Amino acid sequence: MSATPLAYLSSAGTRADITLPLTYLTLIISIIVCVVITWLLWRGLRRAGARGGAEAMRSIPVQQGDNGVRWIKFGLWLSALPLLVTLVWTMVALAKVAAPFGQPALTLDVTGHQWWWEAVYHGAGPSETFRTANEIHIPVGVPVQVRLHGADVIHSFWVPKLAGKTDTIPGQTNTSWLQARQPGRYQGQCTEYCGFQHAHMGFEVVAESRDDFERWRSHQLQPAPAPASDAQQRGMQLVVYRCGLCHTVRGTSAGARYAPDLTHLMSRRLIAAGALVNNPGNLLGWIEHPQGVKPGSLMPDQFLSGQQLSDLRAYLETLQ
Amino acid sequence: MVDIVLAAPRDLPVGPTGRKGLGSWGVATLIATEAALFSYLLFSYFYDGVATPKGWLLEPSPSLKLALPNTILLLLSSGVAWWGEHGILTGRRGRALWGFGIAFLMGTVFAIVQWYEWHAKPFHFGSSNYASLYFVTTGFHMAHVLIGLLVLAALFLWTVLDYFSPRRRLSVTAGVFYWHFVDVVWLFVFTTYYITPYLGFGR
Amino acid sequence: MNPANVRTPSVGPVAEALEHRLHSLWESPPGLAGFFSTVDHKKIGIRYIVTAFVFLVLGGIEALTMRLQLAGPDRTLLTPNQYDQLFSTHGMTMIFLYASPILSGFSNYLWPLLLGSRDMAFPRLNALSYWIYLAAGIFLYVGFLTGNGPNDGWFNYVPYAARDYNPGLNEDFYSLGMVFLGVSVTIGAANFIVTAMRLRAPGMSINRIPILVWGTLTANVANLIVVPAVSLAFFMLWMDRQFGTHFFDAGNGGQPLLWQHLFWIFGHPWVYAIVLPAMGMASDALPVFCRRPLVGYSVVALSTVATMILGFGVWVHHMFATGLPSLGLSFFSGASIAITVPSAVAVFAWLATIRLGRPVTTTAFLFFSSMIVLFVIGGVSGFMTASVPVDWQLTDTYFVVAHIHYVLIGINVFPVVGAVYFWFPKMTGRLMDERLGRWNFWTMFIGFNVAFLPMHLTGLLGMPRRVYTYADGMGWDTLNLITSIGSLVLAVGVLLLVVNVFRSLKHGAVAGDNPWDAPTLEWSVSSPPPPYNFAVIPTVASRHPLWEGRLEETQARSSLSRGMELKSGKEVIGTTSLDAAPDIILEMPGDTFAPLCVAIGMALTFAGLLLKSWACVWVGGVIVALSLLAWLWPRRKLREREPEPAGAVESAHG
Repeated sequence: MSATPLAYLSSAGTRADITLPLTYLTLIISIIVCVVITWLLWRGLRRAGARGGAEAMRSIPVQQGDNGVRWIKFGLWLSALPLLVTLVWTMVALAKVAAPFGQPALTLDVTGHQWWWEAVYHGAGPSETFRTANEIHIPVGVPVQVRLHGADVIHSFWVPKLAGKTDTIPGQTNTSWLQARQPGRYQGQCTEYCGFQHAHMGFEVVAESRDDFERWRSHQLQPAPAPASDAQQRGMQLVVYRCGLCHTVRGTSAGARYAPDLTHLMSRRLIAAGALVNNPGNLLGWIEHPQGVKPGSLMPDQFLSGQQLSDLRAYLETLQ
Repeated sequence: MVDIVLAAPRDLPVGPTGRKGLGSWGVATLIATEAALFSYLLFSYFYDGVATPKGWLLEPSPSLKLALPNTILLLLSSGVAWWGEHGILTGRRGRALWGFGIAFLMGTVFAIVQWYEWHAKPFHFGSSNYASLYFVTTGFHMAHVLIGLLVLAALFLWTVLDYFSPRRRLSVTAGVFYWHFVDVVWLFVFTTYYITPYLGFGR
Repeated sequence: MNPANVRTPSVGPVAEALEHRLHSLWESPPGLAGFFSTVDHKKIGIRYIVTAFVFLVLGGIEALTMRLQLAGPDRTLLTPNQYDQLFSTHGMTMIFLYASPILSGFSNYLWPLLLGSRDMAFPRLNALSYWIYLAAGIFLYVGFLTGNGPNDGWFNYVPYAARDYNPGLNEDFYSLGMVFLGVSVTIGAANFIVTAMRLRAPGMSINRIPILVWGTLTANVANLIVVPAVSLAFFMLWMDRQFGTHFFDAGNGGQPLLWQHLFWIFGHPWVYAIVLPAMGMASDALPVFCRRPLVGYSVVALSTVATMILGFGVWVHHMFATGLPSLGLSFFSGASIAITVPSAVAVFAWLATIRLGRPVTTTAFLFFSSMIVLFVIGGVSGFMTASVPVDWQLTDTYFVVAHIHYVLIGINVFPVVGAVYFWFPKMTGRLMDERLGRWNFWTMFIGFNVAFLPMHLTGLLGMPRRVYTYADGMGWDTLNLITSIGSLVLAVGVLLLVVNVFRSLKHGAVAGDNPWDAPTLEWSVSSPPPPYNFAVIPTVASRHPLWEGRLEETQARSSLSRGMELKSGKEVIGTTSLDAAPDIILEMPGDTFAPLCVAIGMALTFAGLLLKSWACVWVGGVIVALSLLAWLWPRRKLREREPEPAGAVESAHG
């Protein structure tokens, strides 16, 4: 189903797996009900005694007719059974999806910002802790607890192939959990309306083997490498003095937290919260004119010379 | 056997008579919707009090020194207004004037004391969520007191003009009913803001 | 005893002299003065209907603009800012300025006629509620047209609506406008409730009132109780924005979720309030076209009330994803599933009525009967969202957009258009064109389903709501294009309705009193009805006064051509709440400018609050206070104060 990355009629994680049969059950019940009612109505309509307008009305006499309450009783019985089945199934499924089976193998904090996602991975100490953005890696096959926070307005955290939605609300911490069945990239999306760029507030969950995950994690803990060329050096200066007002690049003096951590920018597949594929052309286009890609975005347009752009590119490409 | 039904009643009252008439139904619906409004205000208090960590309550032991006597004063004014209404019912205009007049004065004193109480608070409406709720809830109530005072003043004036009799008095019944409502609602507001902290809510 | 205080009403036949006398008592004067001062429920009702229809068209234009933007991926016809204001204004318009007022309009027009009364309980409040509705609608649209339309959806969640994230005037217009509009809804609700309780024709006991009255009554009891929740929420929001209070501000002990609770405590019952009266229309009209009484009158009436009672207990199903504890969720999930039951009662009652009757296919019948299917589709998708785990996937996707449109277009617009075809002859004296009507129906029906049935799939494929654009490669392109095409067809259907209305006003066949051979009281008077509705007060002996003799319901016969004359003034008969026994003769107020003055005063007040022009607030407030004082001043004519001694009365009344 790669053609429909946000569809929830297929699943790849435990919570979505539990929900999916219930979704199909209610969907099938719903379709059957619609078909049956349409059929009953059609049968009734075929009995039409006349058609036309007001004059046709008077050609058909009024009759008391059958009192017909048995139809309502029939209807109630007909609806009661599927309702009861759904109710019981709902309660069972709810109990299963609401909390993980056993201890989470990993707990991370995810914060919804206008309009990007921040993820914090905790380690034994501050030096083992790092933050990243819009790309959340998890080990496959184990429950991962996600604590959700709201930085500004309400957002909603949704990875349809893995789990349903949970809102991120300022002032309270909600909990979601993910457990992927197999390795892969699963698309996520903000689903609570949050302003201008609500449409472009995507992210990816990357489920990978324990080894790959640990490798990724230890790589993410590394600070940015020192610039190796003059161009990179100039690029770093630009990053520190301009980008550093909002962004962090660990290992440099750019340390603001209003915007995504860029330390390992080039390790991510997408940029601008899922709006663009991360390639040099898109990246520089985005930096120059974010308001063209995401109007209303909190990142201002940058007015850079050709030289500055190529310096910037040289440096950013080292942020693997 | 066909049988035509025809309503042909005898001796129907004409126009609002006693407490009969649409006006009292109108005031009842008004009070229903206003009561709902206050219950949402109090819901907000209890909801925020439960959902927010300790320290939300700015006054764990609110002073009852002024609030309690003021509450009693307002409740008594309800009785006085009722006594005045009874004056109309029994055709004693003097008693009605005293009743509405004294109830008006008691209501005015309540409003002044409440005004003083507001100024004596160590916080203002922008201080915190609790402060906002306190001032807006009591402020909504104050607005109702002021409207109630206007109603009592109108009843006083109309009684001076000798508009009412035991029969034509729906405005009086409706107006005094409204004043009772204003007083009863205060009892809920008072209990919520001044008594529940002593019972342990939010502490 | 003073003779003016008690009277035995004279009983007589409908006679020309009587009609003449009543006409002079009840008719509003011609010209502008009459226009602005009338309290005639029929005029007010038609104003409501026309105004609501204008808002429907405006909301439709907004929708079409959005559908152009969404017809394909990555389109740039609209900026996010424009799109956000459009979808918010579209929701606000359709839900608050169309769906509810259109039903108030029909009920205002029809109630006294259905109930056998000469007016609503509070004619002046009726006028006031219309003027406030109009003023609030204009207030909200001034915001939109000056680029300050609501931009946080009709549900307006905080903190996005707070000043930190939304610094413009947009949310101030919306907050104040909604508080203002709430006054109109509340006043209207009070009027409906008291009318239903007190102003029915003698003999119209509680088990004989039309289902439309049940629907509107139930809806308005709900409105009376829940509108304060949303008015309060919007007031608090405005205080937070303009005066630095902290009701919803998480940084200072406030709770963003409090907004959602207050909003949905109102919002969910409101959804029922804008469908129950429309379902009532179907319950009253379908049997006419099936040439038999409604199957299961009592169960349908009770299920209407039951829906509303359960409706108070399901608001949290809009908040399943907000992180509430599972125990609470399961309660609200159960209640939301259970609310399907009373809806099933109505559906099967309609089906049985059609099945056991002999339907006559007319345009109105097509609208009412097709509504059954649309209702079921909207109902089952609602049932799916009632299941918490399923809802965690469905919510905030286009599945829910499809659901809400099946509910609001299916159960509001379709029966309302059916009601236009059905009652237009009563309102204007002319029938609508049936041929054009068929075109009207089929374009609307096909257009609507083409637009919104595939949208369920769009949702299941994961398209989130409230996005101003979407990327290609998500699997949504074709479906969105189909929806956009369907919405255009639907718009053409609505246009055909407008054409038909204007054509039929001039060229429609003359209807006569009872073109559909329908059973209820409104069809016993001329089309259009005289200003006083009923020359003599009818006495009702069954649910179907005009079908007696043809049904075997009862041997008793209603008396329609003989009854109380009540011609001493603008008089109506007040009856007891359950049995509708005559109880009191009531004097109704005449035409007055007071309601208009109050509405203008309130509009000034709200404009002043918006602009923080306290002088304007004061002027408006004083106008309101003085108008109300004049309004409430006890009047001799209305018997609100003791009449002069007997001799004086004689001379005054001649």
